[in-house]
Amino acid sequence: MSVAVTTPSGRSAAARIGSGLRDWVPAAAVLVGFLVVWQLVVSIFQIKQFILPGPIAIAEAWQEDLPALWAATTYTLSEIITGLVLGVSAGLLVGVLTARFATARESLMPFAIAANSVPILAFAPVFNNWFGVANPLSKAMVAAVLCFFPVMINTVRGLTSVQPAALELMRSYAAGQLEVFRRVRVPNALPFIFTALRLSTTLATIGAIVGEYFAAPRSSLGQYIATASGFLNFERSWAAIVFAAAIGIGLYVLVVALERLVMPWYGSRDEVT
Amino acid sequence: MTDTVIRSTGSPAGGPVVQLVDVSKVFGGSAGRVEALSAIDLSIASGEFVSLIGPSGCGKSTLLRIVGDLIPATDGTVTVNGKPARDARLDRDYGMVFQAPVLFDWRTVQKNVELPLEILRRPKPEREAKAQAMLELVELGSFADHRPWQLSGGMQQRVAIARALALDPAILLMDEPFGALDEMTRERMNLELLRIWDRTGTTVIFVTHSIPEAVFLSTRVVVMSARPGRITDVIEIDLPRDRNVETREMDRYFELVTRVREALRSGEGGSADASASARVRAEGLSA
Repeated sequence: MSVAVTTPSGRSAAARIGSGLRDWVPAAAVLVGFLVVWQLVVSIFQIKQFILPGPIAIAEAWQEDLPALWAATTYTLSEIITGLVLGVSAGLLVGVLTARFATARESLMPFAIAANSVPILAFAPVFNNWFGVANPLSKAMVAAVLCFFPVMINTVRGLTSVQPAALELMRSYAAGQLEVFRRVRVPNALPFIFTALRLSTTLATIGAIVGEYFAAPRSSLGQYIATASGFLNFERSWAAIVFAAAIGIGLYVLVVALERLVMPWYGSRDEVT
Repeated sequence: MTDTVIRSTGSPAGGPVVQLVDVSKVFGGSAGRVEALSAIDLSIASGEFVSLIGPSGCGKSTLLRIVGDLIPATDGTVTVNGKPARDARLDRDYGMVFQAPVLFDWRTVQKNVELPLEILRRPKPEREAKAQAMLELVELGSFADHRPWQLSGGMQQRVAIARALALDPAILLMDEPFGALDEMTRERMNLELLRIWDRTGTTVIFVTHSIPEAVFLSTRVVVMSARPGRITDVIEIDLPRDRNVETREMDRYFELVTRVREALRSGEGGSADASASARVRAEGLSA
């Protein structure tokens, strides 16, 4: 591998989007095929609606109750986004401070790692009590706490897992702490942080919806799913689950897009080596 | 052409560029004390190419780091360009090259070379021109826009050398820079380095495990022994200055290689296994 093949900047944006579309075609085909098989299985074996509704029934339920579904989705989405913003910014801030001070690192990290394995969702009823069932902050806080620990831990790891020789190099340039932070530690931490961000989108979505199962206003995805299931309206439950899945996937894709934008070097690295 | 390359400033008043007097280094506290270096005296003149060679654990990398003020000496004085090593570092008198190239993936090759100039807040046109000139010097001018991982190991190390030279350092400190390369690449890099040294006139301190490499490159080879790290011999390499592929076939070259090998062996004081393990490690690295 003496001579490189392509430079990342050498590929035009159009070509990149084009190849991106081509990458999506097989996945889209699989999805369509999956829906067709699903519908066929439900129709041929006459599976009861309350066990597994077919995609067509779900789509109908989706259409019938769209205004209510949409209201529930936006409500839950705002909880998720509030939780993400709070949890991620707190995780970054505490992570940076923890990485900066060795004593903080040694005293806080074991607790952070322990807390990360605590099933934080179990606290959802407690949060409902603290912030109020009707207050979206009660679910946002569950989401925030879920996101906080992975972001904090990965920030610390990314900022501190710098090659010792890189630090010696910077020292030989008589570079100050801020220079080392800006030019070495932060870029080194970005892949770690983005891994935590991807995870956070999923965690925040789970946190908000499961939080709503315990107690929440009627117009929320969690309560919508719980109520519809309670009345054996499973097509509606499934319709809401589709929205929940769309939120989770959408946020994830957004983070991946942001990642490509912030670290263009990172993804293309694997293509060559 | 040679005139266009900025010759680095030698030491003031023609004194030595590097002067080590009775330098010692002890690692660890009272319980686990390891005496890494003991009674090191060494004087290096401007424009010299000095190799430090010795078995693993003889402290040659430690000595290099003390000269570069990356770690402090426990005792003794280190004078560089007529000032304490710390001042020399703050004045950016050093260029460092490590065994790993330590290039940053988030920067292009060009931007990696510009890094020290960015830290010094040099204006952009100056940075770009200097980085381009240094990349031309290591013959990688056309790879400026590549990313480090797109280059081979030897090319990456050349970028690291270009970066080290970007500030026109008085002293180039190299810690086994070609240790991870295969033998063929290593010999090519040796020639390359001699050419660069010839054009820049920089003083070089070069840590290596390889006897042939040390003899081929240096004006002087400093032989060290382990536990505690001491200088056991200093061998003048009186090969002609314009060295090339044929130099490696000269009788004098073989004599000097043998001389360094014997100095290493006698420095061991009978503990043959230590030098054997050093050899194994050196071979392992070049394999």
